[in-house]
Amino acid sequence: MTELEAGRAQTLVPARGGAALHRYRDVLIALIAFAVLASLPLFTGSKALLDFVIRCSAYGLFATSLNLLVGYTGLTSFGHGMFFGLGAYSFGLIMQRLGVPIPVAFVATLVVTAIVAAIIGAICVRLKEIYFAFVTLAFQMLIHSTILSWASFTGGDQGLRGGIPRPVFLGIDLSNHVHLYVTSCALLILGLLAMRQIAQSPFGYTLRMIRDNAARASFLGIDVWRAKLTVFVLAALFAAMGGMVMALFVSGAYPEFAYWTISGEAIFINMLGGVSTFLGPMVGTVLLLLLNDTVTRFTEYHGIVLGIVILFFALGLRKGLLDFVAEWYAHRRETGEGR
Amino acid sequence: MLDIRNLAKSFGGVKATNDVTLDFPDGSLTAVIGPNGAGKSTFFNLITGALKPDSGQVLLDGVDLAGRSPPEIVRHGIGRAFQVASIFKSLTVQETMLAAVSADQRTSAVLHKRFPLPETRDRAEHVMELLGLAGKRHRTAATLSHGDQKLLDIALALVLEPKVLLLDEPTAGMGPEERWRMIDKVRELWESQKITVVFIEHDMDIVFKIAPKIVVLCYGRILATGTPDEIRNNSAVIDAYLGTEHAGAAA
Repeated sequence: MTELEAGRAQTLVPARGGAALHRYRDVLIALIAFAVLASLPLFTGSKALLDFVIRCSAYGLFATSLNLLVGYTGLTSFGHGMFFGLGAYSFGLIMQRLGVPIPVAFVATLVVTAIVAAIIGAICVRLKEIYFAFVTLAFQMLIHSTILSWASFTGGDQGLRGGIPRPVFLGIDLSNHVHLYVTSCALLILGLLAMRQIAQSPFGYTLRMIRDNAARASFLGIDVWRAKLTVFVLAALFAAMGGMVMALFVSGAYPEFAYWTISGEAIFINMLGGVSTFLGPMVGTVLLLLLNDTVTRFTEYHGIVLGIVILFFALGLRKGLLDFVAEWYAHRRETGEGR
Repeated sequence: MLDIRNLAKSFGGVKATNDVTLDFPDGSLTAVIGPNGAGKSTFFNLITGALKPDSGQVLLDGVDLAGRSPPEIVRHGIGRAFQVASIFKSLTVQETMLAAVSADQRTSAVLHKRFPLPETRDRAEHVMELLGLAGKRHRTAATLSHGDQKLLDIALALVLEPKVLLLDEPTAGMGPEERWRMIDKVRELWESQKITVVFIEHDMDIVFKIAPKIVVLCYGRILATGTPDEIRNNSAVIDAYLGTEHAGAAA
């Protein structure tokens, strides 16, 4: 009995303050990461490097938001890219047509995305597994076709041309490369921090329960449909954020942003980086963009190389890179403790 | 407490539950027995909302719950554990308990705080102690032994502090000794928690030993209800159930 009590005392004391402590730790890591990224332009004049980080921000937000669905809830969406495209187009169109300040367009885009995601999600999250995957894909193709055929509004297959106006707000001038870079980094870090909070909140654990055993969750009094719809909308918001960063970066929006291949890339990223850790998709993003950039430099058949890499991860490692590292670390710690 | 009135459910032409009327008084312990296919699990599924009854009432303290969804019924106070342990395989024992309490306190959709919420701790702790799972709190559910998984499943139902606890074969898949330990646990819980417990059980020795009241189902109907002695001496039960099983055992 005494042993049990001692064990309890050990586990409970750190656990009580633990939740708050973890949050401070995450915020601290985020601040350090932002400081490092934001000071990068002081040390390098390389425009290519800054561009790389901006693209990582756009794709990283997008891929991590997909992981909220795939990794945390077990909802494998094949159409998540529609919200990336929707974010880019809504933001671009609002800026071009209404000429509002950038923060207003940013918020308005999130509102538009939330409404669209709620409607599509209400239909999709009732479905399971492959049915869910394919109906989300169908909605993505619907949005893509709409963009292509509604040329007078969206520019059709030419995309949103003529550039996105970037008026200065709060002293931030997004037509300045460094300003755009720092803003992208800030959005990435804030987005990741928000998604981390979602993953570690009571709601995040509700998602894990649904992933493991949705029927049991409903016998605990959880409204599974509502929880799935909520995470579907939340994930769409962060995907749209990624789309907006992309639209700002290329100063436009193109139909490819809403094409199924963009969803495919996000799934690819998640496979590369791994879905069992929060930062897996971020690692995957860096890997994929690095691969893309180096391989396209050497061969025009980059699809073959990327295909081989994904086969290696899927069949060889059977998990993403960060999953692999996390397991290796856990194993090492276990054997270390055993000694 | 729990009042079942004229409950009926058919699958095609098969009447899985046929006009069942039963009363489970407050604080009672009842065993439901019957041959395979007697409709025991269907009976539980109808009460807990996993299946919608064709007709009849499920009254809990006078409120009719028939045909409502599982989350609603759980919230009214009917908890259940499953024949095959139904748990969350990637969560640890402690996380499972804390998340279940969160669900019961309606904080499972909270986004702005960190898991676990402080107010969920005491209840989770209490039930882990009660079921002897406290020492395994950091084990992932998938790595637990079969018996511990069944206990975790019961803990999940119990941590919601139900008025009625339905246990679908708590001893399924266990060895003889483990069975007795489990059923002693069930009886101990019933005595200490002062809740209404209904359990399905195949092992006659167990049923006759611990259940003050027994319900015998056969082809969806109630064949008999009564004390162990009454059931043992009931000729219809002997013919329909004990008789066939003994014949099966002899063969």
